[in-house]
Amino acid sequence: MTGRLALKTASSVVAGLLIAGCASYFEIPIETPIKPKLDVSPFQRVLVAGFISGGSEDVDGNLETTRLLRSQLRTKSELRVIDADVLPLVTAATDSTGPERPAGEARPATDAKEPDIKDDKDLEPFEHLFADVEYWKKIGEEYQSPLIVTGTIMFTPQTRSGFVQREVEQFDSFGRRRVVPVRTYQERKGFRLKPKFVFIDGRTGTTLYSESFSEEILYNANQTTPALSSYFELMDRLIPSFLNTLSSQKVKGTRVLLQ
Amino acid sequence: MKPTLSAKSRLCAAFLLAATVVAPLSADARNDAKKQVEFGISVAQRGLWREAIYRWERAAQIDPSYAAAHNNLAIAYEHEGELDKARIAYEKAIELEPGNAMIKQNYELFREINDRTTRTKDSQ
Repeated sequence: MTGRLALKTASSVVAGLLIAGCASYFEIPIETPIKPKLDVSPFQRVLVAGFISGGSEDVDGNLETTRLLRSQLRTKSELRVIDADVLPLVTAATDSTGPERPAGEARPATDAKEPDIKDDKDLEPFEHLFADVEYWKKIGEEYQSPLIVTGTIMFTPQTRSGFVQREVEQFDSFGRRRVVPVRTYQERKGFRLKPKFVFIDGRTGTTLYSESFSEEILYNANQTTPALSSYFELMDRLIPSFLNTLSSQKVKGTRVLLQ
Repeated sequence: MKPTLSAKSRLCAAFLLAATVVAPLSADARNDAKKQVEFGISVAQRGLWREAIYRWERAAQIDPSYAAAHNNLAIAYEHEGELDKARIAYEKAIELEPGNAMIKQNYELFREINDRTTRTKDSQ
C-alpha cells in the first residue's frame, strides 16, 4: 500500500515537472507610453524663466538649470522654447511683499550682492514669489502667454561617514577566484540636489503644477569629482521626470509572455 | 433485480455523467484558449499588438481561468499605455497563479512604471 502511494506521488511529481517543462515563455521588448502629467495643449511656447538657487558656490544652479532645461525642451518637447535673459527672481522676490509675509516684517537682504542661500530654510523667504499671480501675469504678457517654468534649486555638498559594503575579489590556495562582500568604514563626500519645478500659466499667472525631487551622490573622500559633474549627473536622473510633465515619454522594458 | 436505482446510485451516475461531459468541455476550452494565446504571441512578436490584444481577450473569455492569457493581455495593455487595464489583468493572472514567478516579475516591473505616473503631486 505504502509502495503504491509512493509510486503515485512520484508519478505526480514527474507529471508536474513535465507540465512545468512544457510551459513555454517568450521574452518580448515593450515600450510603455507615459502620458504627460500636465495638459500643455493651450500653449505653443515655453519660457524657462530662471530659478532661485542656493547651496554650493561652485555651481550656479540658476544659470546651469535654465540652460539645461531649455536645451532638453528644445529637442524633446513640441513647445517652442523662448530664448530670453534669466529673470532676476531673487530681486523680484525681495522687492515684492509676499502674501505670507506680514507687513513690517524684515525682508531678505536687498543689497546688490546676492543673498546667502545655504539651505532649504534660506529659500523660504523667497517662495512667495511663485504665488505672486500679478508678477507672473506680467511676465506672461511680455512673452505672449507662454507656459512658464521656474522654481528653486538647492545644490549642497554632503559629507557622510559609515560602513559601506563593497565586493572584493579573492583567490583561494587553488587559485580559484571568488567575490566576497566586505564592509569597510569610509569617509564619503558628494552632493545633494533638491530642485522644485513650478509650472505657471503665463495667461493667468497661476501655478498649474509643481513637483519636488531630491537626489544624492556620494563618492569616496579621496576621489575628486568636480561639483559641476556631480550636478549634471544628478540632473540626468531627474530630466526624464521633468520632461514627462510636459510631453509623453516611452519607457523601454522587457516582459515575459506565457503560453 | 431491483426495479429502480437507489438515490445513492442515481447521484453517482449523475456525477459520472457530469464528469465525462464537463471535463472534455473544459479541456476543449483550454485548447481553444491556448490556440488564441499562441496566435497572439506570434502577432505580438511581429509588433501587431492590437491584434494580440484581440486574441488574448478572446482567450480570457473562452477560459477565464487561464493565467497566461491574462498575463499576456496585461503586457499588451502596458505596451498600449492602458495602465489601468494592465493592472487589473496582472492582478487577475496573479490571483489565478499566485506562485508563478514570471507573472510576479512582470507585475513588479509594471508597478515601477505605474508608480512613477501616479506619483504624488505637490499641487495641480
